[in-house]
Amino acid sequence: MTAAGPAAGPTAGRTAGGTAGTAGTATGPAAGVAGGASDASERAASRLVAGLPPTPAVWCSGLRKRYGRRSAVDDVSLEVGRGEVVGLLGPNGAGKTTVIKMLLGLVHPDAGEVMLLGRPATDPASRARVGYLPELFRYQPWLSATEVLALHVRLAGAAVTAREQLDCLELVGLAGRAGDRVGGFSKGMQQRLGLAVALVARPELVVLDEPTSALDPVGRVDVRDIVLELTSRDVAVLLNSHLIGEVERVCDRVVILDRGRVAASGTLAELLGQRQLRLQLTDLSPAAEARLAATGAVERAGDWFTVALAAEDLGTAAPDLVRDLVTMGARVHAVEPARISLEERLLGILRAEPEARPGDDRGDDARDGPEDGPDDGPGGAR
Amino acid sequence: MTTARTVLTMAALTLREASRRRVLLAVAVLTLALLGLSWWGFSRLAAESDSGGLTSGEARLAASVVLNIVMFGFSLIAALGTAFLAGPTLSGETESGISLAVLARPIRRSAVLLGKWLGLVVFGTGFVVLAGLAQCLVVWATVDYWPPQPAAALALLAAQTIVLLTLAVLLSTVVSPMASGVVAVGLFGATWVAGVVGGIGAALGNDGVARVGVVSRMLLPTDGLWRGAMHGFQDSTLVAGLGSGFDGHPFLSQAPPTITYLVWVAVWVAMVWGLAAASFVRKDL
Repeated sequence: MTAAGPAAGPTAGRTAGGTAGTAGTATGPAAGVAGGASDASERAASRLVAGLPPTPAVWCSGLRKRYGRRSAVDDVSLEVGRGEVVGLLGPNGAGKTTVIKMLLGLVHPDAGEVMLLGRPATDPASRARVGYLPELFRYQPWLSATEVLALHVRLAGAAVTAREQLDCLELVGLAGRAGDRVGGFSKGMQQRLGLAVALVARPELVVLDEPTSALDPVGRVDVRDIVLELTSRDVAVLLNSHLIGEVERVCDRVVILDRGRVAASGTLAELLGQRQLRLQLTDLSPAAEARLAATGAVERAGDWFTVALAAEDLGTAAPDLVRDLVTMGARVHAVEPARISLEERLLGILRAEPEARPGDDRGDDARDGPEDGPDDGPGGAR
Repeated sequence: MTTARTVLTMAALTLREASRRRVLLAVAVLTLALLGLSWWGFSRLAAESDSGGLTSGEARLAASVVLNIVMFGFSLIAALGTAFLAGPTLSGETESGISLAVLARPIRRSAVLLGKWLGLVVFGTGFVVLAGLAQCLVVWATVDYWPPQPAAALALLAAQTIVLLTLAVLLSTVVSPMASGVVAVGLFGATWVAGVVGGIGAALGNDGVARVGVVSRMLLPTDGLWRGAMHGFQDSTLVAGLGSGFDGHPFLSQAPPTITYLVWVAVWVAMVWGLAAASFVRKDL
């Protein structure tokens, strides 16, 4: 899948939802009329549904949101598969938090559709197995950490024992403060509590909006370990973070938003696949230059040549190139493999965006969307 | 089933908030102080009556008026308490971000609103009924006066509290917590003043001025309910014999509320709650 709303995403979401609905209607009325036929059709429908791939944890298409004249989110489509970790990246005001809030029904989209765990997001029950850590994390200060978790378990309608709730607090390092009032917690502790709240009701999808903004380095490592542990249990994670290294370490795929639009998306291999080779060459013949150009885009600085390698390279391009160059009489002084970092890729995409859309008259307004409020909140350290 | 659980959970949470934030404690201390002062005041009234300074009729009239004044004090405490609780519990939580994690749960916003409203109703009406009943007992013990219709009067006071807190809930879905409390209490006061002005207009036979009270009681029924409650607390036979000089008295009521008016109050509460729910459901957080 890609973030631009590919065929696989909508098809999977719609087909599963539609089929389930069809199965339901077929069973109801038919049951009283012709039991045998009904059973047969029910079995057929069950087989059909069983043969389908699982519905994505998140599927959304064509999300749009305007605040007055400002467009905060413009035609965003994305998908998070079951057990997949997807990172949401982009500059301040890119619309990341607004997209997340629209997925969770906290902000009403002007247009677009959202499916959560196979159900339309307009149905609150679609959030039964969803855990959410908001960017602006605040919990009832007059409650204790244990009471906050108990409240969320009750609201989620989940059967989670007190022991399991305590285990959840222990997981985020708050076991020793379980009975303390949240009002006395530091920002970091409140964010840890928020993580526990997101995890407590046995979620199948966890949405983490800047989960480490108030955490120390140890806390960040803890969060990374928790995310990796979630994926091992096939829990899907949508992670919005400014810490690119964090995203690079844990995410299977990345969606980059800029000015409310999807600027790029794909797996890390797809996004970072543009590996490079730096070579110091002399005595370069025209044939050798042509060989270089045939490999990929070439940049030259004196004797140094930087060649972009294809993403699908299996590791043979570099030795083959060096062998051919030597055969063609070039003197090879140095060969340095290089790989573009996610940060460089992100910056490259974001810088290229305005040039790619010269007719875009929204200017910087979109960067100042309402999500900037929460951005500046307690969890707003960016 | 899920909605009922959400409503009850949110109602219990609202009451727990009132308790943990020491609103209950503050209200209890204020109430005890008011009860103590009124005990002393009514004792002095009884002493004055016993020493022959007041006739029994005058003493009963004074007891009726003072009881109404104290009850007005209680209704003011309930109004302030619920109006200033409604703001933080709704718009305050939206502003601070507390509601983000809560409303991302598989629950309907209208159920959350209903739960919070219900919690406030229990808090406000519970206070009014308990404090009002205690006050009636104080008056009975000191000057041997028992209101003619205490249950109806306390129910009307409770209804007044519900009206005001419903308005505060509506306001808290559209404006800041502080503004919602201020506006609700301001409107409560303005309606009371309009009621007094209307009463004076009626006493003077000026229909235009009297209409001020009628219109204000329709727009915000707190004053109409308050006047109905006063009627239940006061000795109506004595008030009826006072003559036109006491018409328009701010702490004496001329008539109980009509059934039509009570139906209008129920419609008003349902309508304002519906507006609050519509506003809350559509709100972008």
